[in-house]
Amino acid sequence: MKSFTYERPSSPAEAAAAVARTPNAKFIAGGTNLLDLMKLQIETPAHLVDVNALGLDTIEPTPEGGLRVGALVRNTDLAADARVRKDYGVLSRALLAGASGQLRNKATTAGNLLQRTRCPYFYDTAQACNKRQPGSGCSALDGISRQLAVIGASEACIATHPGDMAVAMRVLDATVETVDAKGGTRKIAIADFHRLPGDTPQIETALKPGDLITAVTLPKPLGGTHIYRKVRDRASYAYALVSVAAVVQPDGSGRVAFGGVAPKPWRVEAAETDMARGAKAVTDKAFAGAKPTHENAYKLKLAERTLMAAITEARA
Amino acid sequence: MTGSGDFDLNRRELVAGGSAAAALTSLPRGAHAETTPMDRPTRMKVSLTVNGQHRDLELDTRTSLLDAAREHLHLTGSKKGCDHGQCGACTMIVDGRRINACLTLAVMHQGAEITTIEGLGQPDTLHPMQAAFVKHDGYQCGYCTPGQICSGVAVLAEIKAGIPSHVTADLNAASQVTEAEIRERMSGNICRCGAYSNIVEAITEVAGRPA
Repeated sequence: MKSFTYERPSSPAEAAAAVARTPNAKFIAGGTNLLDLMKLQIETPAHLVDVNALGLDTIEPTPEGGLRVGALVRNTDLAADARVRKDYGVLSRALLAGASGQLRNKATTAGNLLQRTRCPYFYDTAQACNKRQPGSGCSALDGISRQLAVIGASEACIATHPGDMAVAMRVLDATVETVDAKGGTRKIAIADFHRLPGDTPQIETALKPGDLITAVTLPKPLGGTHIYRKVRDRASYAYALVSVAAVVQPDGSGRVAFGGVAPKPWRVEAAETDMARGAKAVTDKAFAGAKPTHENAYKLKLAERTLMAAITEARA
Repeated sequence: MTGSGDFDLNRRELVAGGSAAAALTSLPRGAHAETTPMDRPTRMKVSLTVNGQHRDLELDTRTSLLDAAREHLHLTGSKKGCDHGQCGACTMIVDGRRINACLTLAVMHQGAEITTIEGLGQPDTLHPMQAAFVKHDGYQCGYCTPGQICSGVAVLAEIKAGIPSHVTADLNAASQVTEAEIRERMSGNICRCGAYSNIVEAITEVAGRPA
């Protein structure tokens, strides 16, 4: 790990200013992904701004009838919150399907949104990776791509967004709130938060340098049956090959987002009008234009079948 | 190297230093001229309460909580397996919660209350979870055991506190101590000897159900 200086400010404005004025500085919250990457020298910050003392760790009701989740609310606490369990079950389920108990106790809401891909070529510093080293190429394109993206990727990068929580937040239409060094605030729809790689896969979100996430807001509850179904190589503590976050209403209508298939949580609203017609009608539309590799084409069928299982579960 | 009484140079640093030197030889000539600030270690003071004792340390900012315990406080019960949060051998209970001590910095824990395996119990005063692991042969080589035991103690506290898991059938009901719950909640602790069945029996016994 490269050496770094460290500070622990006590207000969001101070934290944003500290990152803005220090070259090569990064925020650290739970640190479960950042420190892992620092050990591998994939991330090499010269300065860490610890945001754990900022107090952004509560879940409050909003005037619109939703919830405002502080950026530092731990994954365990968000999943266990009685209001989230009752009204946003898909979010609790997604969080509990991710990582391990130890990691969920540390990992934060904002940090989870910002976790980097687990593409093996991103992690292996001996391989070409446009995300890790822009312009170096993509070893994954002709490599072992079983885990990687089938849609939304580019010739520069076929990495997936690895998370579960963000898939549920996408189906719930959450909003990400930020503050910058000058005190300016922004509200970014989760749909616009993660970006597709194009020819700049190193830019993964709509955040600008120095932007600090302060909260994620959830709109008022959708009702319906909440399902998060995750298919992976072992029963627990593994990344999704395919996951489905679905909210299904009694009349068969609903919403669905897919994880493990794209560089961002994958939701195509136009496909949801076919929910009542069954899984294939939805996935045919949601995955139109997919460009799987020979190794990951199975994900298209798996997505259809996982959605079918989710719809069946919702009707039971 | 300073004579601080810490383990001055370990194998990992030798290996990392060796590969850094090899990498340097492949840089263009001009790149040797600058020493970046990143190359200079930064030391900071941090105070922790470890197993009930106040401890003051001055550490390189890079020091993980695990390395602080093992290499500076010489509490070598917590083990370094993968050092990437994948195996759980480093599990400690920090401010009442189990975490991977390898994936957090010691300087981030100013004032924290930390319990390691040494703080749960000693050979003549075993914690009930330690005694149950002995009784049920919840280990073979023993390397993952301190992390398994810290995790097991925390898992029972999490179930008692009403925290649901991936296998909890009804999110709005209290979860029970079942084999499925224990196996799911312990999935962050890997045992390469495969003592899992006995680990589940030990935790089940401590939870107060017949094993």
